[in-house]
Amino acid sequence: MKGKDIIILGIESSCDETSAAVVVNGREILSNVISTQVKLHAEYGGVVPEIASRKHVESIIPVIDKACKEANIELEDVDAIGVTYGPGLVGALLVGIAAAKALAFTLGKPLIGVNHIDGHVCANYISHKQLEPPFVCLIASGGHSHIVNIVDYRKQIVLGRTRDDAAGEAFDKIARVLGLGYPGGPLVEKMAEQGDEQAFNFPRVNFKDSTYDFSFSGLKTAVINVVNQYRQKNETLPVADICASFQKAAVDVLVDHTMGAASVTGTQNVCIAGGVAANKFLRKNFEIACSKADIQLFYPPIKLCTDNAAMIASSAYFSYIENEFAPLNLNAVPGLKLGEKHF
Amino acid sequence: MWEIITNNELETIELGEKIAGRLNKGDILALSGDLGTGKTAFVKGIAKGFGINDYITSPTFTLVHSYKGTEFELHHFDVYRINDEEELFEIGFEEYLYEDDICVIEWADLIKNLIPNHSIWIYFERLEGGSDQRRITIKGLEEK
Repeated sequence: MKGKDIIILGIESSCDETSAAVVVNGREILSNVISTQVKLHAEYGGVVPEIASRKHVESIIPVIDKACKEANIELEDVDAIGVTYGPGLVGALLVGIAAAKALAFTLGKPLIGVNHIDGHVCANYISHKQLEPPFVCLIASGGHSHIVNIVDYRKQIVLGRTRDDAAGEAFDKIARVLGLGYPGGPLVEKMAEQGDEQAFNFPRVNFKDSTYDFSFSGLKTAVINVVNQYRQKNETLPVADICASFQKAAVDVLVDHTMGAASVTGTQNVCIAGGVAANKFLRKNFEIACSKADIQLFYPPIKLCTDNAAMIASSAYFSYIENEFAPLNLNAVPGLKLGEKHF
Repeated sequence: MWEIITNNELETIELGEKIAGRLNKGDILALSGDLGTGKTAFVKGIAKGFGINDYITSPTFTLVHSYKGTEFELHHFDVYRINDEEELFEIGFEEYLYEDDICVIEWADLIKNLIPNHSIWIYFERLEGGSDQRRITIKGLEEK
């Protein structure tokens, strides 16, 4: 695209993190501030009481200020404000939305409503400047497991999703059962390096009616049953073997279903996104599967895999160039689905 | 207080469906039980009983998933990863409890002080030996 650069301020507060970012043309990060990096009380000088999502309320203004400062811009310089309006926790979402609306109104700039899951997809546009749709994307995190056909920047078709637990959640829960600690993903991954992935044959669930859907609840219960059997017999737990076998079962399903979806759509490109995309074993297995199928694989750096506002600003940019703006009465939609629009 | 033994996940779902038919607006179900004992399966049954056709996915990370049923809205909480009660207060948890909807809270024992007195407590236990059998104990709702 020729002409003026489009600067988007992105705001994300759907769950735990409060984040603000400034991104140019959907692909270049000028700043990406996440609340845990900010000494909130010191900067804001106290607590705002009597408001539901206090943590976000405390963080939101300092985080936005810091994002502008690090990007070396003034608020007036932005072309639009993009904000996550779902899915997520209603009280948490509302804080980001209220801030975004106030800024849009006072600055006279357009407001853009962003789907958090699409944000994860868009993290790939930031890390891979040449990447363009169509492609198939696996979004796997603590809260989401989706296989999506990204037909165009603004057109997504969900091909598969979890029917119970998310992939990242299964890792965390197994880590807890094995007493490894939190967050579980990296700990299970590390432990699995020393284990035998064929020691246990854990279930890999496939559905006849919808081939690409996931179910990780049965896998979790199968692992717990093995752990209980060892404990009842007072035998030493083969922790590394359990981790390796569990991780292999989970990754097999993620890879198989994604590659199946890729093959059906005939795409040349597969992306992975979300916190689980940081798992090296998953990446390795995807690399092998993609190279076999002559498909190119993309994934973002770890910092862009977890929740952040840069990916929200990127998604907002692609709505901006399509003139898809939200009205100032934009509301939080906690159960927002990918491909849906609620304003 | 009453006790039910379910032999598999399907029976746990059926129990949830049965309980759903006995709930009134504003009811709060506090679920307690270890990982993999059938809490989410039970909530699937509740949702089915409310005419909700959506997948009931685990809200462990998002903390709450809300679904519109034919009569009630169902708020499905999972406070598994909450470190202390203050943290939950900060995200507006209590606002949900005093609506005319139905709230189901997994791992409610972790936030006992925030659970209203009139809540129905349901305990899930794995029975020794059989890996699929569960003992489910219900307090605050009479057996019928």
